[in-house]
Amino acid sequence: MTALAEPQVDLRSIPALLARNAARMGGRPAYREKEFGIWQSWTWAQTLEETRALAIGFLALGLNRGDHVALIGRNRPAHYWAMVAAQMCGAVPVPLYQDAAAAEMSYVLTHSGARFVVCGDQEQVDKVIEAEEDDHTVQQIIYTDKRGMRKYDHARMNWLADVQAEGRAARQRYEAELDARIAELTYDSTCVMLYTSGTTGKPKGVVLSNRNIIETARNSSSFDGLRADDDVLAYLPMAWVGDFIFSVGQATWTGFCVNCPEGPHTMMTDLREIGPTYFFAPPRVFEGQLTNVMIRMEDAGRFKKWLFDHYMRLARRIGPALLDGKPVGLVDRLRYGLGNLLVYGPLKNTLGYSRIRVGYTAGEAIGPEIFDFYRSLGINLKQLYGQTEASVFITQQPDGQVRSDTVGVPSPGVEVRIAENGEVYYRGPGTFVEYFKNADSTRSTKDDQGWVATGDAGFFEPGSGHLRIIDRAKDVGKMADGSLFAPKYVENKLKFFPNILEAVVFGAGRDHCTAFINIDLTAVGNWAERNNIAYSSYQELAGHPQVYATIRKHVEEVNASVAQDPMLSGCQIHRFLILHKELDADDGEMTRTRKVKRGVISEKFADLIAAMYDGRDSIRTETEVTYEDGRKGVLKATVRIEDARTFPAVHHKMAAE
Amino acid sequence: MTPTTSTAPALTDPAATDSAVQPHVTADGRQIGGVLMDMRNITLRFGGVVAIKDISFDIREGEIRAIIGPNGAGKSSMMNVMSGFYVPQEGEVWFRGQRRPQMKPYEVARLGIARTFQNIALFDGMSVLDNIMTGRLTMMKSSLLEQALWWGRAEREETWHREKVEKIIDFLEIQNIRKTPVGRLPYGLKKRVELARALAAEPKLLMLDEPMAGMNVEEKEDMSRFILDVNDEFGTTIALIEHDMGVVMDLSDRVVVMDYGRKIGDGTPDQIRSNQQVIDAYLGVAHD
Repeated sequence: MTALAEPQVDLRSIPALLARNAARMGGRPAYREKEFGIWQSWTWAQTLEETRALAIGFLALGLNRGDHVALIGRNRPAHYWAMVAAQMCGAVPVPLYQDAAAAEMSYVLTHSGARFVVCGDQEQVDKVIEAEEDDHTVQQIIYTDKRGMRKYDHARMNWLADVQAEGRAARQRYEAELDARIAELTYDSTCVMLYTSGTTGKPKGVVLSNRNIIETARNSSSFDGLRADDDVLAYLPMAWVGDFIFSVGQATWTGFCVNCPEGPHTMMTDLREIGPTYFFAPPRVFEGQLTNVMIRMEDAGRFKKWLFDHYMRLARRIGPALLDGKPVGLVDRLRYGLGNLLVYGPLKNTLGYSRIRVGYTAGEAIGPEIFDFYRSLGINLKQLYGQTEASVFITQQPDGQVRSDTVGVPSPGVEVRIAENGEVYYRGPGTFVEYFKNADSTRSTKDDQGWVATGDAGFFEPGSGHLRIIDRAKDVGKMADGSLFAPKYVENKLKFFPNILEAVVFGAGRDHCTAFINIDLTAVGNWAERNNIAYSSYQELAGHPQVYATIRKHVEEVNASVAQDPMLSGCQIHRFLILHKELDADDGEMTRTRKVKRGVISEKFADLIAAMYDGRDSIRTETEVTYEDGRKGVLKATVRIEDARTFPAVHHKMAAE
Repeated sequence: MTPTTSTAPALTDPAATDSAVQPHVTADGRQIGGVLMDMRNITLRFGGVVAIKDISFDIREGEIRAIIGPNGAGKSSMMNVMSGFYVPQEGEVWFRGQRRPQMKPYEVARLGIARTFQNIALFDGMSVLDNIMTGRLTMMKSSLLEQALWWGRAEREETWHREKVEKIIDFLEIQNIRKTPVGRLPYGLKKRVELARALAAEPKLLMLDEPMAGMNVEEKEDMSRFILDVNDEFGTTIALIEHDMGVVMDLSDRVVVMDYGRKIGDGTPDQIRSNQQVIDAYLGVAHD
């Protein structure tokens, strides 16, 4: 519908694209948000009006060119408008993770020097006030949700709706100024600054230009044939580059509608009601949904269960082939059609996936069973590989060439090469401008020719030309006997079991591998309920002997599978323990995007690791935990360590011993 | 001791000025107004058992007033007197400057008093939304026939009530369980739904009977925040019974302490903390 070719000279910023959409398809929905139980919607024309009102309000409050406007809140239309309004004023939006504690926020606010902060609600306002107690850079706090805010000192605080009202009133005075500032925006102006979660060290501010965002949005939209009548659900953190590309970049480029859930807990209901046509989710969302389906099928009657199992077998056999357009016999097609009527259709409807044309997963490896489950239902789920510094897209899977173990071919316009040490490098239109106020890091990441090191080790599969990622380059190491150690490879295999939420494998420089396991409370809790096993806490369930037995079985299965790989057979897990607490971003053990921070974990749990290697059966330990509101507590536990059976390598390793 | 004339002297009632508290604005900016409810010399007996013995205290507009005391002190009985469920043998209940005659519970509800219960009293088979809608029952005017046909006034009325209820759902952050049957909810959420239903009646006075009983620390913190927010946002006067001393001292503006049916203390949390009789009651000094 909006197959636009090269961006015209005047379409080189998000505000310019917004104006174009308002002119060309002003009556089409741009944003929806469920509030008070009803989906409210705003057309592109209304969105332009709202955004401009907010921008003029910002000008009236004294927002300058080049200022940074931090944004902390959940996905709401007003927050997207605030980002575009900041751009209109020549300022730079900086969305932050809303679950960040005050201390983390403090660093980012100071580093970016944000003068304006847009907060979702009172909780976020409190954090901002706490975060900048020592260091004052923030001059205006603007909040979206009025609740609980009446008592605050409003000397430097405003309700977002008031700022908009002020903007509407001050139109005569500031409209010319606003139009002038919008006209100043070029392809090289900064579009957004996003802080990377960083598995090591302090977060870095990735500066992305209008060129980065708009070119990437254009390329990726045409790659998947996105249209103005598509619907997306905006539920992933606004601070994450993916949300910015999908809900701002691609949305303004193609003009599709961004739907915001009612609240953080209603996502699944809202997903079902909206039925997005274009959907992105990290593997854990798909895993969680599949676990729920399986738990509910366990509770279903015998006939229903038989029906489900029967048709899911059929779907696994021919579903992916049908999706890829490969030849399938007529009888099977008819049976699949019947299955669609009886099982797949209703199931997809329940999950909210009835209308999906394009679905993506990325961020972590996804289990092949999970991946195949969704594809066999006829959901076009694909994988992509990307990072903030690339404006998301490095490689992605074209329709019809989808597999669970690769991440696809280079995205349009992106070049990818593998360095001698196996590290993946890329460059393309989305390649970031720089790290904000950090020239050293910029230099060490991006070279003169624009090649960026991803930090991941991978290789192109001969034949298909698809990229396969092995592990973080710096995590790949050697064991004491010199054999290859790739922890993530083993961890992913472990995490494919629904009972295992997280795993951390150790073994660099050691003579054998060991692992920390985090159980998945949903799956294991359900199992416990089914088997009448009482438990009062996560810690108690994690230490239950039967849970240990189950996990040991999983570990041994993984060992058997790892033994098949001659290169990595040394990575079999000899001993493991189930951690007494869930790894958590609040405790600094994971990034906000839920990636394990190895350095922090091996330091924090050094006593546990030592115990796994000195042969003890159990260890008494104390761990500091941080509650959501930033207070600290101490968790005491006795953690058991168990041995797991290992398997002789298929060849090679035996000879080495 | 107090005038028993039935002609209402309204807010100029001399008894209303008994308390040392005058209308004022609290440190955190809330308006504390005149006397909303005045309990005068209440005595309640069940046969020979004296549950409440000659207790007087008042509740002012906009304040959070707590009633505390050990088990069996008569707190819940007092709340039942306040709600009109029990009729005291002696004493008077004054509400908004008028002596309140003996009333049916629904008449009390219409006066603007709503409450939650120590043991949750919700309709288990109904959805959260429907449960909260029942809180608006006293305000519905359309006839049974109109409601059955869901036409004209009934439809307009339901839309209006639903809007009010949705605001409360949003306020208490229970959007995700809007359509869930109450029976399937965990305890802490049921308590929140009960609060929602009480709020749906848009009460002048909200009475909470042990709102945090059986909750863990996190749930207690959530509930405390909701109680403060209700008081702050809607200006609702709140009377609450609670066991958890920490919670009471943090939340309330004034506290009444009961022990064995008598009032042994009345004042701000600080005054209560230093009251010897209260300390004795809680440490368990022998009674004579």
